[in-house]
Amino acid sequence: MKAFTQHRGLVGPMDRANVDTDMIIPKQFLKSIKRSGFGPNLFDELRYLDQGEPGQDCSDRPLNPDFPLNEPRYKGASILLARKNFGCGSSREHAPWALEDYGFKAVIAPSYADIFYNNCFKNGVLPVILSENEVDELFQELASDEGYHLNIDLAAQTVTTDSGKIFSFELDEFRKECLLSGLDEIGLTLTSSDLIKEYEIEREKQHPWVFGAIK
Amino acid sequence: MAGKTLYDKLWDAHLIKQNDDGSSVLYIDRHVLHEVTSPQAFEGLRLAGRSPWRLDTNIATPDHNISTDREERDAGVSGIPDEISRIQVKTLDDNCDHFGIKEFKMNEMGQGIVHVMGPELGATMPGMTVVCGDSHTATHGALACLAHGIGTSEVEHVLATQCLVTKKMKNMRVTVNGEVGHGVTPKDIVLAVIGKIGTAGGNGHAIEFAGSVFRDMSIEGRMTVCNMAIEAGARVGMVAVDEKTIRYCEGRQFVPKGDLWNQAVTYWKTLVSDDDAEFDSEIEMHAEDIAPQVTWGTSPEMVAPVTAIVPDPKDQPEGDRRKGMIRALEYMGLKSGMPITSIVVDRVFIGSCTNSRIEDMREAAIVANGRQVASTVKQVLIVPGSQMVKAQAEAEGLDKIFIQAGMDWREPGCSMCLAMNADKLGAGEHCASTSNRNFEGRQGNGGRTHLMSPAMAAAAAVAGHIVDVRPWLSEGEAR
Ligand code: SF4
Repeated sequence: MKAFTQHRGLVGPMDRANVDTDMIIPKQFLKSIKRSGFGPNLFDELRYLDQGEPGQDCSDRPLNPDFPLNEPRYKGASILLARKNFGCGSSREHAPWALEDYGFKAVIAPSYADIFYNNCFKNGVLPVILSENEVDELFQELASDEGYHLNIDLAAQTVTTDSGKIFSFELDEFRKECLLSGLDEIGLTLTSSDLIKEYEIEREKQHPWVFGAIK
Repeated sequence: MAGKTLYDKLWDAHLIKQNDDGSSVLYIDRHVLHEVTSPQAFEGLRLAGRSPWRLDTNIATPDHNISTDREERDAGVSGIPDEISRIQVKTLDDNCDHFGIKEFKMNEMGQGIVHVMGPELGATMPGMTVVCGDSHTATHGALACLAHGIGTSEVEHVLATQCLVTKKMKNMRVTVNGEVGHGVTPKDIVLAVIGKIGTAGGNGHAIEFAGSVFRDMSIEGRMTVCNMAIEAGARVGMVAVDEKTIRYCEGRQFVPKGDLWNQAVTYWKTLVSDDDAEFDSEIEMHAEDIAPQVTWGTSPEMVAPVTAIVPDPKDQPEGDRRKGMIRALEYMGLKSGMPITSIVVDRVFIGSCTNSRIEDMREAAIVANGRQVASTVKQVLIVPGSQMVKAQAEAEGLDKIFIQAGMDWREPGCSMCLAMNADKLGAGEHCASTSNRNFEGRQGNGGRTHLMSPAMAAAAAVAGHIVDVRPWLSEGEAR
């Protein structure tokens, strides 16, 4: 997986609760067998006025002027500021793939749906959790400051504003370590191969029907 | 020391290693694959020069993307008109052939929606850990499995290692006791639960559904309930083993026979929460309070009894919730105060891994029998969840009932649940749907979804608008 250590970037808003993965990347784009190229279709239904189809050139599609991320001031945003239960719905990893491909390195929200949260770490996108009040505060600062940047430090677990305010966030140690080092998780699990094999031998003695049925 | 919950038992039985950093390595017994979330995982495996850890654990089938139209299906994979879809289905076939994974191909007996096909073939059994690159994997928990959805990176991880690196969830118990009203189905119960705890209420938790209502429910009904645990934010939903669970499993294709069967049953009977087990949170509801449910908004928690009116955002305190309601009503084209039963439907969809099993087909057929679809309704899709459900329904003559009523009897697949194929809503159209998500655009760009039970959806098809199905059913007809 890709590593994440520190990032300073322009902040873009997604000011609604319960943003689901269908909204992040609509289903017609899930037909792709690739991992990349989803960025132009991130938030497709909100972002464009026409209906998007896979394989289409998005550069001349009509943009929805009411969608904040289409405003010039948010061009190049790499930190998405969002509301609670972000990423709910389907398990599609295409959601973090689309965020990453668009250029987002991190999301900041009060809470996430479990599967989406998990999927972000696998793709070097850091989902930061701050309290609702803190997120409110960031939304206010963002509204009044064109070119609003934030600084995220994963090792220190902090989000810092340019004016010097510091917000701390929590995350699991193992997720943090994996992301900091960009570890190959499969390779890491395979270092426990012997343990897995021992487990299988023991388990097959106890629950033999779990093995061998599907051929 | 307190006893163990069902979830604790399943977890402990599959724990390989507890890491110092709080994560755990958990063994996976069954891995179900489909065409949409697996291609990148297989590609990753190939690029790293790895092969599957164990072959006899994986089972695959195409479902999300495929056509439900008989003629198109008869043309086979090479006849799928949309090129990108064709490549995806073909890629699954190729990957399964290449790696030697058991697949039920598009038109083979056994094929179906992953969560319908797994249990009905006996590929998922009590006590197993079950994963699939699909969030509705919780369905399999109806058989007392520890089952949940995973992302594509994890699909690759499970293929390569037979394990997941994960963290234990918290325990939540949802207890519903009491008499279930006439015409109230498992779908209504679970929608009412989601209405109560909210779409994020179960985040970080494994839910066990307990109480007389779930005990009395069929396994198919329990699957409908567990299926929607994810709509309450919980990746896992479960019901403990009882006699019904065991009877359901008996004789299915991949279920053991003879001595092995007896051995399995002895173990399965231990898969219940201990009396003194402690849950991190408890929710209690009474069946008497639950009427048939209909969603009016764009999130499954935006649900109300069919007898209610569309709620007013102004009754909510200011904040995200109120804003969400205002946006939802605007998207849905509804006004506060209008009766739910005044909502006119343009299309009806009866299907999806929530409600496409044989019981659901029967429930819809009871309502459709001898009646006609309203002339204002453009289309009624009846999509059985699997080839086996389809065959069974046809053996019972249900297909004829639907066709005589003016409904479309289709080939098995996900269909208009997520509208990746040609089955979709037009902008602004209202749909009475037995699926699980009413998100904006879920069933087609601009489409408006109302979630409900198969009986309610069939009644809406006949009435042309949402209607309380209860007076249509004689006592004893509804489950
Ligand atoms: S029927 Fe719908 S929810 Fe179920 S697996 Fe298919 S797309 Fe997912």
